[in-house]
Amino acid sequence: MVMQPASTELAARTAAVISELKDLEGPLIPILHGLQEEFGYVPQETLPIIADALNLSRAEVHGVVTFYHDFRKEPAGRHVLKLCQAEACQSMGSDAIAAQVKQKLGIGFHETSKDGAVTLEPVYCLGLCACAPSAMLDGEVIGRLDADKIDEIAEEVRS
Amino acid sequence: MSVTIYVPGDSGALALGADKVAKAIEKEIAARGIDAKVVRNGSRGMYWLEPMVEVATASGRTAYGPVSAKDVASLFDAGLVSGGQHKLSLGDPEKIPFLAKQTRLTFARCGITDPLSLADYEAHGGLVGLRNAVKMAPADVVKQGTESGLRGRGGAGFPTGIKWKTVLDTSAEQKYIVCNADEGDSATFADRMIMEGDPFVLIEGMAIAGLATGATKGYVYIRSEYPHAIAMMTKAVEVAKKAGVLGKSVLGATQGFDIEIRSGAGAYVCGEETSLLNSLEGKRGVVRAKPPLPAIEGLFGKPTVINNVISLASVPVVMDKGAQYYKDFGMGRSRGTIPIQIAGNVKHGGLFEVAFGLTLGEIVDEIGGGTRSGRPVKAVQVGGPLGAYFPRALFDTPFDYEAFAAKDGLIGHAGITVFDDSADMLKMARFAMEFCAIESCGKCTPCRIGSTRGVETLDKLKQNIEPEKQLALVTDLCNTMKFGSLCALGGFTPYPVMSAINHFPEDFRPAAVAQAAE
Repeated sequence: MVMQPASTELAARTAAVISELKDLEGPLIPILHGLQEEFGYVPQETLPIIADALNLSRAEVHGVVTFYHDFRKEPAGRHVLKLCQAEACQSMGSDAIAAQVKQKLGIGFHETSKDGAVTLEPVYCLGLCACAPSAMLDGEVIGRLDADKIDEIAEEVRS
Repeated sequence: MSVTIYVPGDSGALALGADKVAKAIEKEIAARGIDAKVVRNGSRGMYWLEPMVEVATASGRTAYGPVSAKDVASLFDAGLVSGGQHKLSLGDPEKIPFLAKQTRLTFARCGITDPLSLADYEAHGGLVGLRNAVKMAPADVVKQGTESGLRGRGGAGFPTGIKWKTVLDTSAEQKYIVCNADEGDSATFADRMIMEGDPFVLIEGMAIAGLATGATKGYVYIRSEYPHAIAMMTKAVEVAKKAGVLGKSVLGATQGFDIEIRSGAGAYVCGEETSLLNSLEGKRGVVRAKPPLPAIEGLFGKPTVINNVISLASVPVVMDKGAQYYKDFGMGRSRGTIPIQIAGNVKHGGLFEVAFGLTLGEIVDEIGGGTRSGRPVKAVQVGGPLGAYFPRALFDTPFDYEAFAAKDGLIGHAGITVFDDSADMLKMARFAMEFCAIESCGKCTPCRIGSTRGVETLDKLKQNIEPEKQLALVTDLCNTMKFGSLCALGGFTPYPVMSAINHFPEDFRPAAVAQAAE
């Protein structure tokens, strides 16, 4: 794999995020969160810059980025829909809900719709276990998912 | 006099439309020119009644629920601001049986106060424990913790006082208090509720732990799936700093204490204390071998108290009312109260704080009211994804660490998921293995490889390929995982798997085999 050198613009934005957070104790995870907020994902090109700033090897930074489910290698859709698939939601039919959502949006888990409108992801517990099945749409929590709420969600992500 | 209307800002309530209700109430207040304000409180924990709106009237609080935005105008028509009768009236919330039967020590203020008002917090008994600790020698504070009998509420049940004593007795330039708020277990939401509903109690507990052990820096590691809790804790820490609860001096003490909020990044295994420490250090969330214990070599190699949210949030009441007061609740070696979280397919889901000792049957049938679907209860998973599935036959088991262990189960973080008779236990056993495979940190072989082999073996069982052989294999595999894994992820995944096999054998016999055997 040939590493593309970072563009000046990307490098500058990366450096700004790093400089704001690098004095924290154990700054790597906050920096990765910061970069994901800045770019919507953690671009490969930022890894050598982080490694350099924190005096780590690229391999170490790569190892950390790929360990955590949160950090994206590529941008997500305009909306991100997370469906809880953990036990409490399963007990309330989250499997059937997930099947309906997949059919409605025409995508599976870990996929983004062709028009870039929405990315669908499973999540293992949102702590909304007493109002299962639950979901999170762009940070907004939704409980007791049913066919009507799925329709509303589908409409919202397409608008 | 201005009237206060409470609309929970708890994410469980938000998931059921609390923001829309709050907006509708604000609109009615403005349109009708009423002298009233809306306070976003935490949740009382009765989720089948959320969003539950409360009004502070001259004769006390009165509740309405579950309220949707379209009910709001009619509520005002019925005289909401003076506690008027409406079809959604619930009366005095404290008299609702689900709440009246509880012993709320840790959750005493949750759902009652404005989570970000320190004045409200103090008016309801907050900071008394910390003020007591400021006046005491560290060793005496630790002694209170030990004598209270408080055990780690995260799942392991390790005595909190012993951890603290080890850190106090280990000298170092820097010590840390780390709060494990990586509440990843399905059916658990107590940590989330307290952080969103009464964040100061956690801050107070951490400050007490700091004074007790000589630690001056605290971290709260909150899972990223809890954005509302992260936001609330961040704001509460700012308020506490401004008020001098945190900072260079804790309420005038010679010692200072500061707290920083950190967000996890979606790794379930980071709820394990040593992988959480690695994550805080900016590393892969891989489990560390113990020893060294975190209390001796923890965060950045320094002595570290790492406690669960509920353990730390239970400390203020111990320091306020005394170790004996707390210890007088409970049974056997399980002292004090435990916030039981009743979830899944259940009629009355929510948080029920009570002294240890209720039976599982009382919790599920009487308090939970049976299933939401109205079908019979088939199985109950206690303690999250790593907890055992209990059949009705074991419903007489009392809620107590040792009693559950004796029945090959665990209390864990006290979450209970109820399943009705449509549950397929082979599917649930397979899910336990699959979840372990997804979330394994990869450090030890039994967990990393065993979980994947477990999924494959259970798939073969489902396809009816040499079923007896697969059952023997999965049993052997569980044995290896249980005794050979470094941490509870691989070590406890056998609990749901084996309990499903042992208590629900009919689900593991494909139909064809069952017929052939007859």
